[in-house]
Amino acid sequence: MLVLSPLLVPLATALLIALLHRQPVRVRRTVSLAGALLLAFCAGALLIAVEQTGRLSLAVGGWPLPYAIELAADRLSAALVFITAVLGVAVLLYQTSRADSAPETPTLHPLLHGLLAAVGAAFVTADLFNLYVWFELMLIAVLGLLVHGGEPRQLQAAFAYLALNLVGTLLLLIAVALLYGATGHLNFSALHQAAQRPELAAVLPVYVALLGLALLLKAGAFPLFFWLPASYHTLPAPVLALIGGLLTKVGVYALLRLLGEVFSAAPAVLYEALGGIALLTMVAGGLGAVYHWDLRRILAFHIVSQIGYLLLGIALASPAGAAATLFFTLHNIAAKASLFLIAGLIWALAGHHDLRRIGGLYAARPGLALLFLIAALALVGVPPLSGFWGKYLLVRESFAQERWLWGGAALAVGLLTLYSMLKIGLEAFWKPHPTGDGIAPVAGLGPAYGAVILLTALILVMGLWPEPFIHYAEAAAASLARGGSTP
Amino acid sequence: MSALLALTIALIAAAGVYLTLSRDLFRCIVGLAVLGSAANLIVFAAGRFGPLQPAILPAGATELAATAANPLPQALVLTAIVISFALLCFALVLGARLRQQGASDDTNQWRAAEPPDTDPVKPAVLG
Repeated sequence: MLVLSPLLVPLATALLIALLHRQPVRVRRTVSLAGALLLAFCAGALLIAVEQTGRLSLAVGGWPLPYAIELAADRLSAALVFITAVLGVAVLLYQTSRADSAPETPTLHPLLHGLLAAVGAAFVTADLFNLYVWFELMLIAVLGLLVHGGEPRQLQAAFAYLALNLVGTLLLLIAVALLYGATGHLNFSALHQAAQRPELAAVLPVYVALLGLALLLKAGAFPLFFWLPASYHTLPAPVLALIGGLLTKVGVYALLRLLGEVFSAAPAVLYEALGGIALLTMVAGGLGAVYHWDLRRILAFHIVSQIGYLLLGIALASPAGAAATLFFTLHNIAAKASLFLIAGLIWALAGHHDLRRIGGLYAARPGLALLFLIAALALVGVPPLSGFWGKYLLVRESFAQERWLWGGAALAVGLLTLYSMLKIGLEAFWKPHPTGDGIAPVAGLGPAYGAVILLTALILVMGLWPEPFIHYAEAAAASLARGGSTP
Repeated sequence: MSALLALTIALIAAAGVYLTLSRDLFRCIVGLAVLGSAANLIVFAAGRFGPLQPAILPAGATELAATAANPLPQALVLTAIVISFALLCFALVLGARLRQQGASDDTNQWRAAEPPDTDPVKPAVLG
């Protein structure tokens, strides 16, 4: 039953809050935060249970496998569910502050929990069609959150998001159908066995490539990322942190699960192509971040750039590469969400998201400057912060496989990241405020600081004490390499 | 039969892609719906053709007759149709709301989310 909790807890919370729509905002917020805390508790229990048994599985409806829809959690799933729940708690805590939080309409919290349910379920499903359904549910929840404010810029961004992502989910559906037609299965372990059949060797790589293309669009990889910087900057800070922190990573998780475990017998040319795409994604995202001056757009392009690193670990097609991707994903969700939340705080204090209109935050708020510095340097990969270890694992494995270009590019793009983070640091924090009014005191920012400190603590723990995290990621990657079977 | 259906799906998909690529708001939405129908037909075709008998168990039986159609693709298509119908409705309402707000039919004219750059080297200031 525990394996159902990432789906059931947020769905039940969403329903409960929808029923409480006549209650005051305070009640809905409390229920929402309690639901996220319960999810985090269940995710922690799931983490412990998976650590003891290796893999938890549930065949829904009591049908025999492989025909039932299977929900299964291994180490990879459990870790991602846990970080999702932690991010949910941080974001809902932040929403109670006055730092660029979303308007508290009755639909806000049900949509947020619907998104958490879809993301959590996508992490624990072991059925290809079911995975498609969760991608659709994520799309619906995000669209609801995009149009939530109702301003023209938000609706226009929502349409761009809808059109491009719908094409992605349709490609996903077509790929799922073709794979079902070829193998007769949708269950991950059944697909893994069917993929070994010699008579399928000619068609299966084509179908897997189509599946990969659809998931690359969802992950925001080059050249399919245009929906991401076109829409993300219209969202309020906590919603942006949740969506920007999680959604693209679900695409990466699905790629890791399918290319690293289910179809690990795919021909090498697919991984070669993925490596090239990863390289271009890193560079394109980095260059976009260098060009822009709006905080939210810089950070949106950074998502794209970091996706390149995550894809590189999958393209290396080795347990060490998969372990690097998992560690990097955990670090990146925390660091990225932290930066988006800090951007909301900067907006609340300095009055704008554009770096040309703000400044003087270092003198007025040294504590915020320190929090920004930790998250920014973690993203760049400066030791001893979490990003360093993620990048170290990735570059070490690239060089061990004599992929000099891949590893070299991963190091070089760090310079672009450093440059754009320095730009934020110099413009928003160091230079004086352009209009000279300074920073006005704003009340009600306490919970926002609390949320940022929670994520910063995670970055610091992963950076200063990385050993258990790396061991965990290596154990998760080893179980992927065994095809999901417990030893 | 399969060749005929493959050709039909190809035609529908081509029409869907053509319409989706249009800059016109309404054509784009219709194109997405048509493309969705092509995807649904592919799911259906993946279950193979042949038996036309409905996949319904006779009273007292525990196994389907060998002449019954494959029920799984039908269940998959049904799920996909429900989702794509919901998204189509959402897209239509979104389109109508955008027109109410005075947005142009030509999606290329939409500049509220991404204002045009005024400076040759630096991007515009966003709202």
